[in-house]
Amino acid sequence: MLEVRGLHVSYGPRPVLRGIDLSVARGEGVSLVGPNGSGKTTLLRAITRVVPWGAGDVLVGGRSVARLSRKELARLIAVVPQSVALPIGYTALEVVLMGRTPHLGFLAHEGPRDVHIAMEALELVGAAAFAGRRVDELSGGERQRVVLARALAQEAPVLLLDEATANLDIGHQISTLQLVRRLARERGYAVVAAIHDLTLAGLYTDRMELMCEGQIVCGGPPRQVLEEERIATVYGADVTVLCEDCLPGPVVVPYANGAVTVADAS
Amino acid sequence: MSGAAWAPKVTIPAHWRGPRAMLALLLSALAFVGAVVVGTAIGPASPGVREVVEVLLGHLGVRDAGVPAVTDRIVWEIRLPRVLLAGVVGATLAYSGAAYQGVFRNPLADPYLLGAASGAGLAATIVFVAPVPALLGPVSIVTLAAFAGAVAAVVVTYALARVGGTTPRTTLILAGVAVSSLAVSATSFLMLMSRENTVSILAWLLGSFNDSGWHKMWFILPYTVPAAVIVYLHGRILNVLQLEEDQAAQLGVDVERTRAILLLAASLATAAAVAVSGIIGFVGLVVPHAVRLVLGPDYRLLVPVSTLVGGSFLILADLGARTLIAPGEIPIGVITSFLGAPFFLYLLKRQRTVFM
Repeated sequence: MLEVRGLHVSYGPRPVLRGIDLSVARGEGVSLVGPNGSGKTTLLRAITRVVPWGAGDVLVGGRSVARLSRKELARLIAVVPQSVALPIGYTALEVVLMGRTPHLGFLAHEGPRDVHIAMEALELVGAAAFAGRRVDELSGGERQRVVLARALAQEAPVLLLDEATANLDIGHQISTLQLVRRLARERGYAVVAAIHDLTLAGLYTDRMELMCEGQIVCGGPPRQVLEEERIATVYGADVTVLCEDCLPGPVVVPYANGAVTVADAS
Repeated sequence: MSGAAWAPKVTIPAHWRGPRAMLALLLSALAFVGAVVVGTAIGPASPGVREVVEVLLGHLGVRDAGVPAVTDRIVWEIRLPRVLLAGVVGATLAYSGAAYQGVFRNPLADPYLLGAASGAGLAATIVFVAPVPALLGPVSIVTLAAFAGAVAAVVVTYALARVGGTTPRTTLILAGVAVSSLAVSATSFLMLMSRENTVSILAWLLGSFNDSGWHKMWFILPYTVPAAVIVYLHGRILNVLQLEEDQAAQLGVDVERTRAILLLAASLATAAAVAVSGIIGFVGLVVPHAVRLVLGPDYRLLVPVSTLVGGSFLILADLGARTLIAPGEIPIGVITSFLGAPFFLYLLKRQRTVFM
């Protein structure tokens, strides 16, 4: 569904993405991990053409993103941004209805069907209760879910999440990631999610792409990607990956100079 | 995401077309009509509200009530063009202000932000100082020069702010500030160099509807009517533009193009408004802001209500300008700033935590 081919992006003379290849099928959830500044956000922005590319191409459903209008692109790719800054005074429902923008003609306004879709999206993310509240009165986590609902209201087959769970507590992190995985499996979304938490990323995505300095250095099932030695090299962090066999997925914990004995935990 | 038999658990009225919105539209329309009638009726040789209505009905071909010719002339040739021009200029500044605030995502933006006022001021001052004829056909040279000056200033600002195919908002604002202060300093210099014209220049700069006539109406309408339609039709998109730029783009809005269209329309209309009336401050800033506080941020309601409220406000301000110290006249810019500044400070004080 989504195919990134040899994508290069530079900010001025500084290369940020150096030949990214990535392919995501319908129904597949891919997590994008990597240290700060490794290019995860830039990759997501480049896919939606918010950042211009140097070389390479991005295809959605076989069509090059470069040849689509903004509107066509927004009908194919929805983004849940990192920032939850929302304009003051609008209600949650009004913000989610903005997700219908790519489906509305210039002179059209949101009709009952759009309101229905928006409310359904709010319901899915567990935010229907505050549909009528002003977004500036919501907590960061609530706003995050409103933004996710807005992306769902776009009804685009490709969903990009940029640290979309960063502002959520553990309960909402899990429910959000579960929802996203369910959307991928049941409704056939192609999902790419940049996630900082390696454990969560491993638990809720089928495939993991590890980025470092503008390149994908390793990709595959989380169990293969999350190796202590590799994490040490890429992140410069000493970690222990716990119990790969008995848990639902690998658990990555900080390794404080041998203070924690792994055997105790398992 | 459809097909499921799902019924909304909560029904939320669309703010921009609910009963409250309809009431707001109705009231502001009534206020506008009321302001036109009252503004036309009050003044020296006061014709009275009933006669004003008779004259209007007579000219609209509804019925001929046989109003005395003198009254007819006062109402139709002198008072009404002035009142309507004030209404149109106020409306123009208000919706242009709303458009500017929407484009810049900043409630402190006003339609003079990119230099329209200072550009017009400089060009008008040059005409006052230079030995040129006063009229070109029915239109005064000052009006034409001011219009050209306003357009030129905005064009220069936009061109200066353009970096590699895009026009960042902050750069645009800074370029506007620079162009404005350049034009203002040139204006001040010319005024000082030409003492004998200082009073007439200052009177023009501060704005007045003293020299109004139907010809000025015909000058401004071709700009302001299409611009008003363009801004109004962009109401829903203006809402989306309130999101962060990337997000608006990712929702399918061509941010750069939409911004350019809105700024072009609002700036041309503002240029025409300044050209016929001088620099009238605070209307474009305060009116949309005040309407937003009462009715919320949806531009589909904000734009039409601001238009009507701005028109009514300027008609009443002009009424004050010509009656408060009659037979003398206060520049209207003084009145709007005098009323607008304290009100604006009050809004700022009240809204600091929410809007800033």
